[in-house]
Amino acid sequence: MAHVVEVRGLKKHFEGGDVKAVDGVDIETRPGEYLVLLGPSGCGKTTLLRIIAGLEEPTEGQILIGGNVVNGLPPRARGIAMVFQSYALYPHKSVLDNIAFPLKAAGLETDERRQKVEWAAGLLGIDRLLDRKPRNLSGGERQRVALARAIVRDPTVFLLDEPLSNLDAKLRTSARDELKQFQERLGTTTIYVTHDQVEAMGLGDRIAVIFDGKVRQVGPPRDVYSDPADTFVATFIGSPPMNLIDRGDHLLGFRPENFLPAAAVNGRDNVLQVDARVYRIEYLSGDRHVYATVPGLGDDDAHIIARIPATVDVAVAEDKDQRFAIHERDLRFFDGKTGERTDPRPVRL
Amino acid sequence: MAPEDSRPPEKLTAGRVDLTNAAEVERRRRERRRHLVRGRVALYIMALVGALAGAAPFIWSTITSFKADADLYTKANNPFIYNLPPTLEHWRLLFYDTAFLTFAWNTLWVGVLVVAITLLIGLPTAYALARLDMKWSGPLGIAIFFVYLIPPTLLFIPLTRVVGNFGLLNNTWSMVLIYPTITIPVSVWLLIGYLKGIPKDIEEQAMVDGYSRLGAFLHIVVPLTFPGIVAVIVFAFTLAAHEFIYALAFVSSTTEKTISIGVPTELIRGDVFYWQSLQAAVVIVALPIALVFNLLLQRFIAGFTMGAVKG
Amino acid sequence: MSVEAPAVGRGAPVSTSKRKVADRDDLLAKLFLLPTAVYIIGLVAFPFFLAIVFSFTNVTTGNPALDFVGLRQWRTILSSSVFWTSFWNTIIFTGISMVLIVLIAHVLATVLVKDFKGKWFVRFCVLLPWTTPVSLAAVSWLWLLNSIFSPIDWILRWFGFIEANMYYLGRPVLAMGSIIAVHVWRIVPVATVIIMAGMMAIPSDIQDAAEVDGASFWRKLFEINIPLTLPITAVAVLFGAILTFADMTVVFILTRGGPTQSTQVLSSWAFFKGIEGGDLAQGAAIALFLFPLLLAAAIAILRAVRRREVM
Repeated sequence: MAHVVEVRGLKKHFEGGDVKAVDGVDIETRPGEYLVLLGPSGCGKTTLLRIIAGLEEPTEGQILIGGNVVNGLPPRARGIAMVFQSYALYPHKSVLDNIAFPLKAAGLETDERRQKVEWAAGLLGIDRLLDRKPRNLSGGERQRVALARAIVRDPTVFLLDEPLSNLDAKLRTSARDELKQFQERLGTTTIYVTHDQVEAMGLGDRIAVIFDGKVRQVGPPRDVYSDPADTFVATFIGSPPMNLIDRGDHLLGFRPENFLPAAAVNGRDNVLQVDARVYRIEYLSGDRHVYATVPGLGDDDAHIIARIPATVDVAVAEDKDQRFAIHERDLRFFDGKTGERTDPRPVRL
Repeated sequence: MAPEDSRPPEKLTAGRVDLTNAAEVERRRRERRRHLVRGRVALYIMALVGALAGAAPFIWSTITSFKADADLYTKANNPFIYNLPPTLEHWRLLFYDTAFLTFAWNTLWVGVLVVAITLLIGLPTAYALARLDMKWSGPLGIAIFFVYLIPPTLLFIPLTRVVGNFGLLNNTWSMVLIYPTITIPVSVWLLIGYLKGIPKDIEEQAMVDGYSRLGAFLHIVVPLTFPGIVAVIVFAFTLAAHEFIYALAFVSSTTEKTISIGVPTELIRGDVFYWQSLQAAVVIVALPIALVFNLLLQRFIAGFTMGAVKG
Repeated sequence: MSVEAPAVGRGAPVSTSKRKVADRDDLLAKLFLLPTAVYIIGLVAFPFFLAIVFSFTNVTTGNPALDFVGLRQWRTILSSSVFWTSFWNTIIFTGISMVLIVLIAHVLATVLVKDFKGKWFVRFCVLLPWTTPVSLAAVSWLWLLNSIFSPIDWILRWFGFIEANMYYLGRPVLAMGSIIAVHVWRIVPVATVIIMAGMMAIPSDIQDAAEVDGASFWRKLFEINIPLTLPITAVAVLFGAILTFADMTVVFILTRGGPTQSTQVLSSWAFFKGIEGGDLAQGAAIALFLFPLLLAAAIAILRAVRRREVM
């Protein structure tokens, strides 16, 4: 089946080529998938989304929707719908008129419009809010209105630009859950932009990690987490981030939860044992975050964090040396200069 | 795929392009390009027309100010070029044979004093209204608004009597006394907008650190309101320089006049209009003020919108 | 640091009566508001009432005594044809001017919020009419509309549109049109700036959303942009209306109310009657009509804004 959205060799330069917001991006989406564009502020993910939407034209490259090139076509001709970070509800129109606006622009009659608006509002549980104005809605309600306005056009693709960042932290988790269920029910391909890696990991079927205008890695959350393609992905994803130890020409990386007290690590074969000098322990939500230096592994100053889950009962004391261990299969290696993932090599202490 | 109830009643296709139809896509693409180009062209035309409409009289004033009499007073001559060589005679006349320099000097010192009074009185007032939430705030706010509805062209007759009682009739100082009634309301309104943009925390921090309310106002708030103060200086000075009716009513002697009334009344001797000198005067005054205004325009807009939204 | 030495919280809080003036918000507020209150009461409210008093007396420049004469002045005014001409002219000039100003300012504002080459220069030119003192701008136009030497006529003759001159200031209808034109020319800049501020306050997200939703240019204009800028357009209208209503300078310099009193407005007529004619009582009475008109306009506009409150 054809890709729903495809981007080939996309570049977007500003100020005569000095600013490369998007620097050669190739992505395709699979039908019905929830693709997350993840990256820090200014990495180009929103620009990329806007180019796909048709709000900006690329400097180079092609955008294809449903297998057809859409460069040069206005947003309304592309069959896309977009939800903005601020929801961009028309403040002077009622909820009903907000949702009906795209239908009105498409020339539908009043009755047809009412029908579709009620369908969309019903789907999102906001039917009793149709007569209200946006300023009388809560953040969560506004988000649903924005979604209703998007689905009412029956688009080929949903484009969402950080729609959860304006919600209270408490609301965000439940909103995330509802959003995912909603998308699965509709089955529409969705491209979702965020800087929050927790959100990305929770929502995405696949995640595209973007930095400096380039895609660093695309893959399911599990792959991106345990097999990062470079040091950026390794440290951006995961909280606490992957530990990276400078070993001269390469970097050694491992996730905090894989680095445990030796007593808690099963097996002798292919297990690396290290002395760690613990200097602080934090107790967070049941886990223990152990801050230590591992002079045997890297420089004296090599700081690492180990995350010991609550289920592991082994004692760890501050200001003491202790033996820690990690399976060799959990070690990752990165090139010292480029930061890219390299093949494993033997670790000598 | 998706369950049935998740599909909208009918497939919505209006406005959308059948992307597989290459001809249709190409047509839409071309249409969009045409739209963008047409929009751009319209923009430039409007900009040109707007600029011309605003500047044309001044361009023409400048040209005229250097025109020889014989050239100017010939009906058939093209007014936009020099049919006879240009001359500095009328500029010389303006500066040496008329009281223009006196007018300019008067306008200047009146403006400076009025601005000073406006700031000295207006800034504390704006602060009190913006911060010190007192029962006076409401009524005084309304009173200030009402001042707008009682214009100089209503008050000039009784004020002439009042000014006379102060002994300032036919004296430039009358303007220094009266102009603040015009400049203070606007300035207070502008300053309230700026002041509300300063977070209360900063003052509270200063008071915790040991300043009194007055001290916090003087040492913290006033410096932070600097952009607003600049805006008020320009605005108030402009209002004072533009004012016409009070000046016309209060003052009749040449030495006491400002540019605003001096130029129209004195550069006309009997039936003779010294047109070239008049236009020279217009240009000399207009351009500097316009330059300063433009440099500060961004700040104006900021204060304006804040004042409008919260006022 | 200044006099206020830090007294960081040791010991019991100081009792109110011991606190310095600099700390007592209520006293400070009164102090800050006092000068403005004095100015408004003394030089605005008092003269306003004095004007009302004048209108019931027969005070003139020759006879300064305030002898009560009842409604005589009012009857004289209300039966004078020139008064009624002035009254209706004031309303008509302002009405027509405002309509034109809003339309033109909207177009210019749309242009000036976009980015293009030479924008600063265009803005400078567009602002020129506003930054020049009214009287000087009117003097410029006086020549442009001159019955013999008008450059506008020259251009029209050059293109072959007209044969003889137009006598812009000599024929009643043309004179009215000229006055309206100068008002519009003068006020469009400030209206443009205000409306620009309103347009820039519309979040760009909403424009993008409308674009994605498929709105055409006209739909975006009428359903999104105009409704959302309506409150601030109203502010521009109010400002412009007050400026036009209350202005006498343009009429004074261009036509002196002629030809044969056909372009007289309330404020100019009040001036001619009161100051030049010496009849202070009648002048005051005529000018008083400005207040109810302005009040009505202000209420109408503010009510329209309240109803459309969206933010």
